[in-house]
Amino acid sequence: MSIERSEIEKLATLSRIAINEETISEVAQRLGSVLELVDQLQAVNTDGVEAMSHPMQATQRLREDEVTELNRREALQAIAPETEDGLFLVPKVIE
Amino acid sequence: MHNLTIAELVKGLQSKEFTSVELTQHFLDRIANLDPAYNAVITVTTEQALQAAAAADQRLADGNAPDLCGVPILHKDIFCTDGVRTSCGSKMLDNFIPPYNATVVENFEKAGAVVLGKTNMDEFAMGSSNETSFYGAVKNPWATDSVPGGSSGGSAAAVAARLAPGATATDTGGSIRQPAALCGISGIKPTYGRVSRWGMIAFASSLDQGGPMARTAEDCALLLNCMASYDDKDSTCIDREVPDYTANLNRSVKGLRIGVPKEYFSEGLHPGTEEAVRAALAKLQEQGAELVEISLPNSALSVPAYYVIAPAEASANLSRFDGARYGYRCENPKDLEDMYCRSRAEGFGEEVQRRILIGTYCLSAGYYDAYYGKSQQVRQLIQQDFVSAFENVDLIMGPTCPSPAFKFGAKGDDPVAMYLEDIYTIATNLAGLPGMSIPCGMVEGKPVGLQIIGNYFDEAGILNAAHQYQQASDWHTQAPEGIA
Repeated sequence: MSIERSEIEKLATLSRIAINEETISEVAQRLGSVLELVDQLQAVNTDGVEAMSHPMQATQRLREDEVTELNRREALQAIAPETEDGLFLVPKVIE
Repeated sequence: MHNLTIAELVKGLQSKEFTSVELTQHFLDRIANLDPAYNAVITVTTEQALQAAAAADQRLADGNAPDLCGVPILHKDIFCTDGVRTSCGSKMLDNFIPPYNATVVENFEKAGAVVLGKTNMDEFAMGSSNETSFYGAVKNPWATDSVPGGSSGGSAAAVAARLAPGATATDTGGSIRQPAALCGISGIKPTYGRVSRWGMIAFASSLDQGGPMARTAEDCALLLNCMASYDDKDSTCIDREVPDYTANLNRSVKGLRIGVPKEYFSEGLHPGTEEAVRAALAKLQEQGAELVEISLPNSALSVPAYYVIAPAEASANLSRFDGARYGYRCENPKDLEDMYCRSRAEGFGEEVQRRILIGTYCLSAGYYDAYYGKSQQVRQLIQQDFVSAFENVDLIMGPTCPSPAFKFGAKGDDPVAMYLEDIYTIATNLAGLPGMSIPCGMVEGKPVGLQIIGNYFDEAGILNAAHQYQQASDWHTQAPEGIA
């Protein structure tokens, strides 16, 4: 299955991964071979089969609405690339 | 000391034949001397290990030692360790020092185990050869020109080379069983929900499951006793009592009904692997088990279904790596968008990027039903195959992987060739069933694994059959050249 260059560019944008112009055709070729593999699924008759999201059909359990986590802002920010006054710093968003 | 099993080490420590400090130093020395040849360990925690060993010796002297007190182990570098770098085999997390422990790490700490360090792995657990690690590939101790399997290749190679008596690992599509098979050791992936995923860096959340690796089934049982727990912090963890997995190890396999799926012996299976697996089945038959031919008709669909579900879930899970809060950030980003896109392009390796792109494709508007929805339906069909099979048999057995360890670069160009390495292991992840690999032979000087699949929560049944087989065979005691 082939996949268009423009489609790779769109996927890269959606995935927030910068893509190198020179490698697009190679990426397209490799993704194409994976899609060819997964396309075998299209031939399977799954009429009336329920989609399975958890092997034991478990559902999300509920708990009391109580505070269970301590505030660990300093420990968590100590490993951040850049912080200031308890805030995470990123490049300027608004001009 | 490095040839003793964990069961023997526990006895030796409790009877004061040796101290935990002596034992720990012995394994630290082995890592320092031997690991340069294998690259199985990313981070060695010498100081913390010796401190923990001294504390363990104190508890042993005081007579209030917990089960694994003083036993050295290694953690796969996917489990968060408080204050110790947890890289997940990626440049993205090369600088990541978690401020907390994974539940699995906590469990081992409570049991008194001593952590020697963190093992190498395929980047974000995506790979079957360990070649995708940012820290370089791990070499198979049985043949250093060959892969150790993946993604838990570092843990498997370390146990095979006796750098530790046991290690933690994780399995999303075969990442415990396949490297255990290729490195000639034992490893079990428990039922989905048996072991907490909290603090275990997520790859595909509906498939990921942690489990232990060791040389024997008995040691795996001892480690699983500690590793399995119910955990409020993991919403998919199953609230169910953890049995003593060593309790039934000595039960005879007489009358045990073993299903042998014909689909697991089809084309693509190495004849030497088939011969070794058939011989192991014959041995179990001699011990009183009954072999029953069964069919898992949807087996062939497991690889395509997996390569939709796993990348789809990975693309969502890995969106958290944005260069803003932790992990790698590119230099001099010109704006926010550039920071995201370049941090991810520079921080993730090729295979991880490929899976994110595939996952994004399968989840994108217009394709969701055709890919993700369809795969979840196929997953149901695959589970039904197993449910039907387990109406007539107690366990299912076959090869763990199609052939012995392949050479580095052998499957480099075509991702699909690599994906087929997990053809016999993926279905159990999709169904959420427990599975194990134990050594059952050698082909061309490389180990072969026997896969044992059990019904939901029947880890004890799997371990019992594995232990009984190991009572009648000696593949699990063999060591690579230069190791013993």
